Amino acid sequence: MILLLINYGLPAMGLRIPIFTAAVVGIGLRSSAYQSQIYRGAIQSVGGSQMKAAMSLGMSKLTAFTHIIAPQAIRIAIPPVTNESAIVLKDTSLAFTIGVVELVRQGDYFIATSNAPMTIYLTVAAIYFVLTTTINLALSFFEKKYQIPGIGIEGGHSDAY
Amino acid sequence: MPTSHLLKIEDLHHNFGKEEVLKGISFSLDKGETKVIVGPSGTGKSTILNNIIRLVPPDRGKIYLEDVEITSTKKINEVRQQIGFVFQDFGLFNHLTAKGNVMIGLTKVKKMDKKEAEELAMFELDRVGLKNFADSYPSQLSGGQAQRVGIARALAMQPKLILFDEPTSSLDPELTGEVLRVMKSLAEEGMTMLVVTHEMGFARSVADELIFMEGGNIVEQGYPEKLFNNPEHKRTKEFLFQLVDLYGEGEE
Repeated sequence: MILLLINYGLPAMGLRIPIFTAAVVGIGLRSSAYQSQIYRGAIQSVGGSQMKAAMSLGMSKLTAFTHIIAPQAIRIAIPPVTNESAIVLKDTSLAFTIGVVELVRQGDYFIATSNAPMTIYLTVAAIYFVLTTTINLALSFFEKKYQIPGIGIEGGHSDAY
Repeated sequence: MPTSHLLKIEDLHHNFGKEEVLKGISFSLDKGETKVIVGPSGTGKSTILNNIIRLVPPDRGKIYLEDVEITSTKKINEVRQQIGFVFQDFGLFNHLTAKGNVMIGLTKVKKMDKKEAEELAMFELDRVGLKNFADSYPSQLSGGQAQRVGIARALAMQPKLILFDEPTSSLDPELTGEVLRVMKSLAEEGMTMLVVTHEMGFARSVADELIFMEGGNIVEQGYPEKLFNNPEHKRTKEFLFQLVDLYGEGEE
């Protein structure tokens, strides 16, 4: 819906933008709304006592945020961000609705010339699978790398043994 | 108004909503003194400490650190650097090691050189007996160790005084003992301390003055021995002896 609004609404208001830009802006807007909530939740879950302790040392609110709150909040946010990344990746197929040639549309073109829909769609699905898995693995790696010893359930990852 | 005291509190008032928790508290603290505030829960003992460094700004009254009036100063962060604070729930930064916790105030607030900060952090950790735990994270420490890191963190800032907000109330008796021993040795080294606690043994053996509060007022203050043996108010006696019954006289 946002995509359609941006693609057809903005030109109506006199602002012409390429469809690719419209797709990026549209998907970006939706995801940023979701992600802002992820980070808001993560920041809140760090807890007020950390801020109090930081301020008791004479830190300004900004210093306390960058050195105390943010490093902890980002760690908490990694799992939901992993989720959101996979969703955004799949959302790109919606760009199809405003005419951007993305993975699915490209697949359609091949089907039109080769007449092998199953093979092509399965290939497209496989490409999506590889992309999402790569993103998940990468973020899971970061999650482990920056895990604070003793915090959280050890090995509680999606790829736990 | 300049004062010769290190810390002076005048007619401090504080409300939480409609409830008045501090109804005009005045006392002072001289360099090298240890004063202990006792009293039932909800009488505003912790609020006084929070008011002093303005984690909770007071509603009325004045607080002076040496001759600076700190209730209205704009440079509150400079004041906070000079006053250490030890929390009931330790307030350690979970993503940093014990050493990191002690160092961060030095490097980020005092802008100290990293190497220098590390040396000082190790010195302070050694002082509270935790040199071997420098690389442990807070969640890997026992409560008593965590609180001693909290004390080391406060000490490293080289404050003029340290405020202790019920530092041992979430610890078992054994861990309480190790924290109190550290605090006692600090008092003996001449650190100025204002302590809110229920540990009567500590109050009796370390405090220069005991302040008994109830209902937002100071009921009685004086030498610990006087309050224990010869209190002016019946209530003081009642309360202090209840605590002694509950917690014992302490191990000292």
